Amino acid sequence: MRVTTESATMTTPTMTDPAVEATPSQPPEIRPPGAMVPPRPIARARDASAPRNEPEARPANPAVELSDVSIFYGAFRAVRDVSFSVPAHAITALIGPSGSGKSTLLRAINRMNDLTPGSRLDGEVRYHGTNLYRADVDPVEVRRRIGMVFQKPNPFPKSIYDNVAFGPRLNGYRDNMDELVERSLRQAALWDEVKDKLKQSGLALSGGQQQRLCIARTIAVEPEIILMDEPASALDPRSTLQIEELMAELKENYTIVIVTHNMQQAARASDRTVFLNMGDDRAGYVVEVDDTVKIFTNPREQLTEDYISGRFG
Amino acid sequence: MTSRTTTLNPGGIASSGRGRLGDRAFRWAVAAGGITVLLILALMIGSTTLDALPVFSSQGIVDFLTGITWDPGVSRTEITGTYQAGVFMFGTLVTSLLAITLALPLSIAIALFLSDVAGPRVARPLAYLVELLAAIPSVVYGLWGLHFFAPTVLKPVAKFLSETLGFIPIFEGPVVAFNPFYAGVVLAIMILPIITAIVHEIFRAAPAAERQAAYALGATRWEVMWQVVVPRSRPGIVGATMLGLGRALGETIAIALLIGGGTTINISLFQQGESIAAKIVNTFQESAPEAIDALIALGVTLFAITIVINMAARLIVRRLGDLSGEAIS
Repeated sequence: MRVTTESATMTTPTMTDPAVEATPSQPPEIRPPGAMVPPRPIARARDASAPRNEPEARPANPAVELSDVSIFYGAFRAVRDVSFSVPAHAITALIGPSGSGKSTLLRAINRMNDLTPGSRLDGEVRYHGTNLYRADVDPVEVRRRIGMVFQKPNPFPKSIYDNVAFGPRLNGYRDNMDELVERSLRQAALWDEVKDKLKQSGLALSGGQQQRLCIARTIAVEPEIILMDEPASALDPRSTLQIEELMAELKENYTIVIVTHNMQQAARASDRTVFLNMGDDRAGYVVEVDDTVKIFTNPREQLTEDYISGRFG
Repeated sequence: MTSRTTTLNPGGIASSGRGRLGDRAFRWAVAAGGITVLLILALMIGSTTLDALPVFSSQGIVDFLTGITWDPGVSRTEITGTYQAGVFMFGTLVTSLLAITLALPLSIAIALFLSDVAGPRVARPLAYLVELLAAIPSVVYGLWGLHFFAPTVLKPVAKFLSETLGFIPIFEGPVVAFNPFYAGVVLAIMILPIITAIVHEIFRAAPAAERQAAYALGATRWEVMWQVVVPRSRPGIVGATMLGLGRALGETIAIALLIGGGTTINISLFQQGESIAAKIVNTFQESAPEAIDALIALGVTLFAITIVINMAARLIVRRLGDLSGEAIS
């Protein structure tokens, strides 16, 4: 069981962690033996006293929980008091109009915002109970477990093979690299198209192929969660559909959080939806969180209904 | 639409002549500019080669390039002395290579610091200061090296190297008053700002998206720099190096002041050497016409070396630049 192994490596003690208790319900290990397990603990010790109660009914076994998260860029508050949970092995969509802080929130989950000078986060982002913003958490370790696919495909100017092998090499992966590259490309539904030209530059691929290469590159470091920031917005409809089908396959092994502007995409592809809006203070806030079916058929809030029916945004 | 065309250009499409005169004049003006450059280049190559030709033919081109005897004659009409460029070519290459070896790693380090480590509040003034270094005239570098840097800083270093690593031929003592080591180090300082400025620009041009991709895969800042920023910049780094090397090969005054004026090939960096440019500037005034022709032949040789290195650089850059689309291997 992959999740058990990872959790055990990562957090001690594990007995009291509901996330770990829930692991028997996880799907069985699909990776072949020899797959990489993150080598180092994400933090020195686990924060056992972290509060675990959430007002809203949350899904069992959340991979990530945000509570009262506010994000600042300098003096500007981009996101205000956001709380929601991300269920494991499901696709969570963040939707909302421009400026509602979707991407900002997404980037908070793997601490990419740290790279923006002047950014600051209040509140907690818990990953299996550990607050990722605790002082002793190493953001580099966080990003090895929580990968990210960007809006514009951004392969390195290296060969297809080297693009996929980049992350594992960073991690000091020394097993069969050819096999890992093939497996990652297969999982990203790209193998058949590129198996004869692995030495070619990743930039020579089409936009949709580049994006799947980026997904393969992310998968290759075997993260637990994959964050996707409008991964199909720069792609044609056919490639978009391929990415969505791919996401549906990937959720068996990974937890996926996706930001999208495309309402149909959220409705088609996600299991759970977080609807954000921009407040009068220009800070993003959560309007409604629920199962995607509920949000799109019978939302609680009038604002949600207005948005999904295209009346604003 | 139709009415507007007729008002502005009543003659219709065929007879339009307005503005064409200006176009033609401009065309001729810029063409003249281009032709002037070619003309100057042709004149320069033609006249120097013409002057140098008797020297090449009397000495034999191979002997001229590989021999180490420079024994000028005093004739006004014919070539009577022995002119061989080996010693000076050696000095030019040694000082230039030493300068590049020292300057390149330091330049890359400074450029990385400016682009990826220091915040903009530190990087901007520092980058400006580096560029300012490039504006200092080379004679100032030479005098500074002569009166301060060489005797007070480099001399102890040279002494130390010759005492501890003297068994390696290039560090063999004794350390003479002026030598290729001093010239090479001062040369390194002179080409440092050029290389740094270019490499910095190249690093800054590396897309943020690639850096982000690497960070998202769990790369540390160090890993992002060495495995994303530097590799993708390799063609540019080679180009910057060649530009620095070009300047180092041709640098005259600072080297003439520091290199020591040797007459033989010394493997040791600490014994007198002589470079092509320094030889020309040091002996031009007291030379007889035939020796001046020989110095011009030296100049042609230097020009040829620079061209060869430039072409090699272009080849390397083209090969490294292939990453952007076609096959890599």
